[in-house]
Amino acid sequence: MILSLIEAITHALDFEMGRDDTIVVYGEDVGFEGGVFRATKGLQAKYGPERCFDSILAESSIVGSGIGMAINGLKPVVEIQFSGFMFPGFNQIVTHAARMRNRSRGLYTVPMVIRMPYGGGVRALEHHSESLEVLFAHTAGLKVVIPSTPYDAKGLLLAAIRDPDPVIFLEPKRIYRAFKQEVPEDDYIIPIGKAKILKQGNDMTVVSWGALVRDTQKAIDKLEGEGYSVEHIDLRTISPIDKETIINSVQKTGRFVVVHEAAKSFGPGAELMSIVNEGAFLHLEAPPTRVAPPDIIVPLPKGEHHYLPSVDHIYLELKKVLTF
Amino acid sequence: MFLELYDPLKDNMIQIMNPEGEIVKPEWMPELSDEDILQMYQTMVYGRIIDQKVLQFQRQGRILTYAPNLGQEAAQVGSAFAMDPNDWVASAFRELGVWLHRKAPLYNILLYWYGNETGMKMPESVRILPVSVPIASQLQHATGLAYAARYKGENSVAIGYVGDGGTSQGDFHEALNFAGVADLPNVFIVQNNQFAISTRRAVQTKVKNIAQKALAYGIPGIQVDGNDIFAMYAVTKEAIERARNGGGPTLIEAYTYRLGAHTTADDPTVYRDEEEVKAWEKKDPIDRLYKYLINKNLWDEEKDKAYRQERETYVKDEFKKVENSPEVTLEEVFDYIYKERTPLLQEEYETIKRRNEEVK
Repeated sequence: MILSLIEAITHALDFEMGRDDTIVVYGEDVGFEGGVFRATKGLQAKYGPERCFDSILAESSIVGSGIGMAINGLKPVVEIQFSGFMFPGFNQIVTHAARMRNRSRGLYTVPMVIRMPYGGGVRALEHHSESLEVLFAHTAGLKVVIPSTPYDAKGLLLAAIRDPDPVIFLEPKRIYRAFKQEVPEDDYIIPIGKAKILKQGNDMTVVSWGALVRDTQKAIDKLEGEGYSVEHIDLRTISPIDKETIINSVQKTGRFVVVHEAAKSFGPGAELMSIVNEGAFLHLEAPPTRVAPPDIIVPLPKGEHHYLPSVDHIYLELKKVLTF
Repeated sequence: MFLELYDPLKDNMIQIMNPEGEIVKPEWMPELSDEDILQMYQTMVYGRIIDQKVLQFQRQGRILTYAPNLGQEAAQVGSAFAMDPNDWVASAFRELGVWLHRKAPLYNILLYWYGNETGMKMPESVRILPVSVPIASQLQHATGLAYAARYKGENSVAIGYVGDGGTSQGDFHEALNFAGVADLPNVFIVQNNQFAISTRRAVQTKVKNIAQKALAYGIPGIQVDGNDIFAMYAVTKEAIERARNGGGPTLIEAYTYRLGAHTTADDPTVYRDEEEVKAWEKKDPIDRLYKYLINKNLWDEEKDKAYRQERETYVKDEFKKVENSPEVTLEEVFDYIYKERTPLLQEEYETIKRRNEEVK
């Protein structure tokens, strides 16, 4: 099948609901309409309103009821309409979903998936453009996954649904329909916790994820045209992070840049730089560098270009590190 | 019966037995055997003894923070008595009587308050979610438990407990709203003990009684004398059976009083006077049932003394076991974050272990 990223998510939900009737899918506008992005399109018609339904307009209820369902034997796959609206549900995610296994020493567990479209560049209203992956990654007990292609979206979502612990599944909405790709109809998973080396290279390691993978690759293509050999890694899982792949790569290349859409300070790049520092310090030939937005509030559409790293900015910073 | 009869706007609380232990509404008296009533009494007394002993242990510096239940025993035991063994409970942290009625081992309960999560690894048959500290958040879990129960055709009801302060939380509203619109098999029990730590019920909400809040969710709300175990049992029973038969959720306000402190870290003399407490002591739920039992010749002073002594010894013995329980290992605190330790956690585990060895 040739599918876009959003179609791959719909297909994965359909695929898994077909083989496991403990899966229930819900969220705001998720049932009848199929979600504001149509990620759950057709699922209510196919599986009935008990398995795919419109939640009440309340994020804490969406997450909190999912916790109860998961404890009592179901596998809820819930949608938060935009990650910027997850804060009323954040309390349930952090204080309960992430902790139930530990609090009951394994008696009760919360195998649920919380899907959220995230990220900027879609010319949206306030609270529709945030990249909040570190808030979840900093919470023990959660796993945090971000696909960057239709193929990965299916494989990672199936892995997330089958995972015995709560998984935050962040979907880069800017590339929901940006391109299509062959997605097998068969069952496959992409293991959570494994980064993917998109392209081997010897001169520098660049790590990115989500919508910025494509922009970063464009910058790298330009550099390759100039004769540089760059290794590009798609992190795919923010937590638990794949330290091994990153450290091995930087030990080989001696240079490291991370490109991300979350604000710079205390962001995911800081963690990656620590990993590089701890695991490849003596191999470094240039200061590890972050290409990330400034620590400002994501501006509304007319000012958003000041926030997101552009291909040109990425290219510029990568070249600086290569020529250090 | 009660749910049709009661109008929360009229503000008249359901009572079957008055503070003198007299049955004032014989036509409402639920069907209970003498053995049941004795068991109710003994469970309440048992809970009171646990509270009193643990407060002693706390003053002796043998246990850390504890939230006592003094005065709320009937609200807890009466409602728990109305449940089936396969019903679920989403509790907060002041529901000792519910835990005891569901046969949660005292060792586990004490181990938890002693500061060890392993206490919350209860036998599966207890079916109470672990102590939930963030106020009212557990009511959301009750809706999910109920949804799953109905989905699986389990025929069980999920009962959520919360306090009067908890009714101010958004989670209270969301849970009742969802349960109402989805007709979930839920019962929500507000233990209105008049205080959220020091903040009085009147500061919390302008409604005359908390049962009225149910009207906004299109579900029945009913205020019950929470110190009358028969009323608590009868009303909860009706609400649970209604939920079990597809009738949807009910909100029950158990009107009671916290005779003790919020927790051992709280000093209630700062915010309330002795007279108020004394007035409520006259309505004590345990004394009330004791009087009933004496009048019915079902119990006597001697039996009472013997029972209390036997329980005191048991509580002391169990607490000694807790004091001698195995220390929390480094493995334990790492092994329940995820089903399997992630490579990162494994690395961090080894780091702490190495440091422990190096500083030896």
